[in-house]
Amino acid sequence: MPQFLPNRYRGKLIIVEGIDGSGKSTQLALLSQWLRSQEIAVAFSEWNSSELVRGTTKLGKKKQMFTPTTFSLIHATDFADRSERYLVPMLKAGAVVCADRYAFTAFARDVARGVSRRWVRNLYRFAVRPSIAFYFRVPLNVALDRILGGRAALKYYEAGMDLGLSRDVEESFRVFQSRILDEYEAMAQEVGFHVIDATGSIEEQQQQMRKVVHKQIGESLKDDVLRAPVGREYGFQGTAPVL
Amino acid sequence: MASRAPLQFYDEPLPGIDCSELRGKLIVIEGPDSVGRSTQIAQLRFWLEQQGHAVIDTGMARSALTQRGIQQAKEGHTLGPTTMTLFYTTDFADRLENEIIPALRAGFVVLTDRYIFSIMARAIARRQDRKWIEQVAGIALVPHAIYYLRAEIDDLVARVVVGRGSFEYWESGMDIPIGRDRYESFIKYQQRVIKALDEMAERHDFTRIDATKRPDQIFLLLQRSIKRIIGHEGQGAGVDLVSV
Repeated sequence: MPQFLPNRYRGKLIIVEGIDGSGKSTQLALLSQWLRSQEIAVAFSEWNSSELVRGTTKLGKKKQMFTPTTFSLIHATDFADRSERYLVPMLKAGAVVCADRYAFTAFARDVARGVSRRWVRNLYRFAVRPSIAFYFRVPLNVALDRILGGRAALKYYEAGMDLGLSRDVEESFRVFQSRILDEYEAMAQEVGFHVIDATGSIEEQQQQMRKVVHKQIGESLKDDVLRAPVGREYGFQGTAPVL
Repeated sequence: MASRAPLQFYDEPLPGIDCSELRGKLIVIEGPDSVGRSTQIAQLRFWLEQQGHAVIDTGMARSALTQRGIQQAKEGHTLGPTTMTLFYTTDFADRLENEIIPALRAGFVVLTDRYIFSIMARAIARRQDRKWIEQVAGIALVPHAIYYLRAEIDDLVARVVVGRGSFEYWESGMDIPIGRDRYESFIKYQQRVIKALDEMAERHDFTRIDATKRPDQIFLLLQRSIKRIIGHEGQGAGVDLVSV
């Protein structure tokens, strides 16, 4: 695992990674539902969702102001805000934090944009080391079919249009995603991802995830983490949408 | 961050930049809050333009990308230390890539009010990891000169008291638990900043200038030193029209 800060807290951190269309968000939602049903306090955080940074990111995207470096830095700022304001306090409180994408997304995407591997790994050194990192491995074509089949317009940066790979948005997206996939595959060893075969059925994948969670942090889930009895009204549903 | 020749990257080259194309001069004024940097920059710009040099000046938190976002975050008092460091680094990178480097390519003199060193000093004052921020900020270009307007803490306090008249939230490090009130907090925080800058002064070859000198004296010192950097390229351009 790259140089992250050790998790010295009561809570646990579970993260999912993979290219767009790998099915990781669906699986994470199912996993957090399962954890909640066992009366575990679950918190959820998503890549690129900080309120503080939102306006700046929106402006940069709309006016196409980003370079690979500022794109990388604004996402790191977003991540830092979520870490300082949410992830770390939740871990301290003893929650099981489920994160949809983590620093590895930057390691893959920013490097695919031409940012240095070494620099971006250092950039995220303040991140808490995940207890479990899942990687959803999927062949490029399968993921592309899921994305391009189901959705209309690809956005400029999402498709890697800033790199001038192709004038055709879909073609650019293909090339960009294939670079990202290469980066994920190249870091899989270094990171120690738990690899999930994302071509399997949804049920199979979920079984596999639950087994890993049970094996890796099953004891802590029983004894250490914060409990949240099922059926109590909390008034605020700040977690992942339940599928 | 090793010491390198001017207009080389400190540590990490930015993608797509050829340093040998950069022909201008990069001049940095550093120093703690309210030490008189912007006054000097305004005068230097006027003088340099009189000499026939094209000048741009830039400064911290002025990038088109992040200016509003940083301002709003500061007003809300909601920036954690790591978030603050990275937000300011984003601002710096945006100005570096979109203002500073294009101007240097075109042969301008770039005057910058603070550089990566203030970002680093503030991060270090907030107990962020020094190696981390040095490497993050390693995308900066080595300037031709870094003038450090150095003041003791008593002098800074006097400037605040007779100047703005209040100890500003962020300049007092109110975001970190450091003192019982604004004044105490300002002292402790600014002392940390000064200490961090003093350490960088050694390692990065700052030219130290005593900020308690009169502004016109400081200006003369800066002028003399900058003349040496810019050399004779501007000579003749300052010819008085009346005498031609």
